[in-house]
Amino acid sequence: MNLDLRIPMGLMFTLVGLILSVFGFMTSGDPMYMKSGGLNANLDWGIVLLIFGGTMFLLGRVGQKKAMSAPSKPAEPGTVRRGH
Amino acid sequence: MLLYFVFVLGIGFALKRFMKTSKDFFQAGRALPAWICGLAFISANLGAQEVIGMGASGAKYGIATSHFYWIGAIPAMIFVGIFMMPFYYGSKARSVPEFLRLRFDEKTRALNACSFAVMTVFSSGISMYAMARLIQTLHVFDYLFLSAGLPLGWIFHLSIILSAIIVLGYIFLGGLTSAIYNEVLQFFLIIAGFLPLVIIGLRNVGGWSGLKASLPQAYTHSWQGMTHANTNPLGVEVFGLAMGLGFVLSFGYWCTDFLVIQTAMATDSEENARRVPLIAAIPKMFFPFLVILPGLLAIAATTPHPVTVQRTDASGAIVRETTIPTQAEAEGQGLVPAKTNPLSGKIMLDASGKPLLDYDLAIPSMLLHYFPTGILGLGLTALLASFMSGMAGNVTAFNTVWTYDLYQSYIKKGATDAHYLAMGRWATVGGILLSMATAYAASGFNNIMDTLQLVFSFVNAPLFATFLLGMFWKRTTGNGAFTGLISGTVAAILHHGLTLPIEAHPGIHGGWIAVLHHYPSDMAQNFWTAIWAFGTNFVVTIIVSMFGKPRAESELVGLVYSLTPKPEMGHLPWWKRPEALAVLLIVMVVGLNVIFR
Repeated sequence: MNLDLRIPMGLMFTLVGLILSVFGFMTSGDPMYMKSGGLNANLDWGIVLLIFGGTMFLLGRVGQKKAMSAPSKPAEPGTVRRGH
Repeated sequence: MLLYFVFVLGIGFALKRFMKTSKDFFQAGRALPAWICGLAFISANLGAQEVIGMGASGAKYGIATSHFYWIGAIPAMIFVGIFMMPFYYGSKARSVPEFLRLRFDEKTRALNACSFAVMTVFSSGISMYAMARLIQTLHVFDYLFLSAGLPLGWIFHLSIILSAIIVLGYIFLGGLTSAIYNEVLQFFLIIAGFLPLVIIGLRNVGGWSGLKASLPQAYTHSWQGMTHANTNPLGVEVFGLAMGLGFVLSFGYWCTDFLVIQTAMATDSEENARRVPLIAAIPKMFFPFLVILPGLLAIAATTPHPVTVQRTDASGAIVRETTIPTQAEAEGQGLVPAKTNPLSGKIMLDASGKPLLDYDLAIPSMLLHYFPTGILGLGLTALLASFMSGMAGNVTAFNTVWTYDLYQSYIKKGATDAHYLAMGRWATVGGILLSMATAYAASGFNNIMDTLQLVFSFVNAPLFATFLLGMFWKRTTGNGAFTGLISGTVAAILHHGLTLPIEAHPGIHGGWIAVLHHYPSDMAQNFWTAIWAFGTNFVVTIIVSMFGKPRAESELVGLVYSLTPKPEMGHLPWWKRPEALAVLLIVMVVGLNVIFR
């Protein structure tokens, strides 16, 4: 398939992570974090998603470049199974 | 949440230009990588029933619910990957009913195709209804609606229409590829939404040891008391569990349901098709921690929090009863609210006068309780994603079976490929419209959903015997398979009509002919119905086949195990072969069962 799913997926999670962590950063110390046991769930989880999304995106880009440079040989299927 | 919808439809648009032939549309061009299909394989199954139902059972029965995964899914997934996938993929059949035609005859295929098409439409309607009902019950959009000056009753309609448009949009544009890509997206989204819930919830009760301390022992041990039905929370004994759930039901689902098989058939080679269910089994194995644990945590949490209430069916499988949330309930246990009667608004009591718990709200109320604004949006999106992935899988399975197995075979033969592609697109529209009709029928008649589910279980229970005999016994004939299937269904109906779980009244729960036997729980009754249906089908198929004339062996190459050359894996190093992965999986699943015994 010509569309590597990791690229749009990485983008989406990067964006979600960005929004969450920025929102979490701005609201840090807000009493609403009593709900999650004093944990700033937005900031922490936003960063996790940011890292995950970024990794996915980069892996997708690398995979795409590889596929472009060697169009006759499709990327090895089993290699990226546990890319996260 | 909006962002997610934009991406979902964006993928559909991006894929539209690749959809040139019907093969692209229905089979994803048979060109997807194995890991994508593997994740879609479980995500297609990760619908409403999975997330809500498993959380509910977790709250109700404890960690023993993991049997649905470790016994009720993994072995069957290994079996379908190692033994059955070569036939599905190698026979060049484009759908499961088509395989039945190649192996047996037209009537067996027509029977399977019709019942399957009807089931997918209704299941996706049930998903749709459950989602709309849940959104309404949780009051998450009330504020938006009030500020826009719209009546609250519109939330239900808007949820149905919106979910229909989104699912329709991406399938109409991108076909199976789009559905599979979105299923993978939904898979990650569900993890992203639920994992923090588990982490925060666990922190709150003081980790695993804190959880163990605050719950009865049977909740955290999955095998305790399994030797007898009366000494464990499921009310099932080992034989019923292993045979009914572990063999008949799970193999029947994972090995014959085109809903999941279609994702494996979308890969680029037979090798990868065999790997798909095995790859899928790895995350599947750890899903109990994501969907069952929140249920346990909800029960273990201390505050009896006022939450909204919703009525559901007795087995706790799918949210489907009418509810208008009335008053906040402090009568529940932990975060699980008590059930209220949807008509009178009163708390429903069991026979001993204690309030009944509404387990289906375990996960939703966990989300509302632990998540602050921000991540709550992510959690709710994950919940919606789970409903939509179930719906999408049903719709793509429907449009394929309808177009290939019904339309092309019986209505209009030999048309151009472009014609069938267009047909597939319109079948998607039709399927979704029918689902919407089902969703509205469900809101009008409470019992329709229970009845439908019951009928499905009668039709599905005997299926696996037909496939097993068809693939591994070359003498099986088309007539044998057909009569076997019908008699298996009849056996299921009879068994259901003649038995009753204790504490239930004759009617929808069984015993509507006469009560000959009482089961300790409705789960035990389900398992045994399946065992009877399977057994009857198995025996009848063999007997009828013995009297018939088997097909010539040359016609059965690629369809029957003993006549098919074994898949050649010699070029792969041993650790890359599907069999190696299968052995690893077995070791892991046994390990998990030992840890949580």
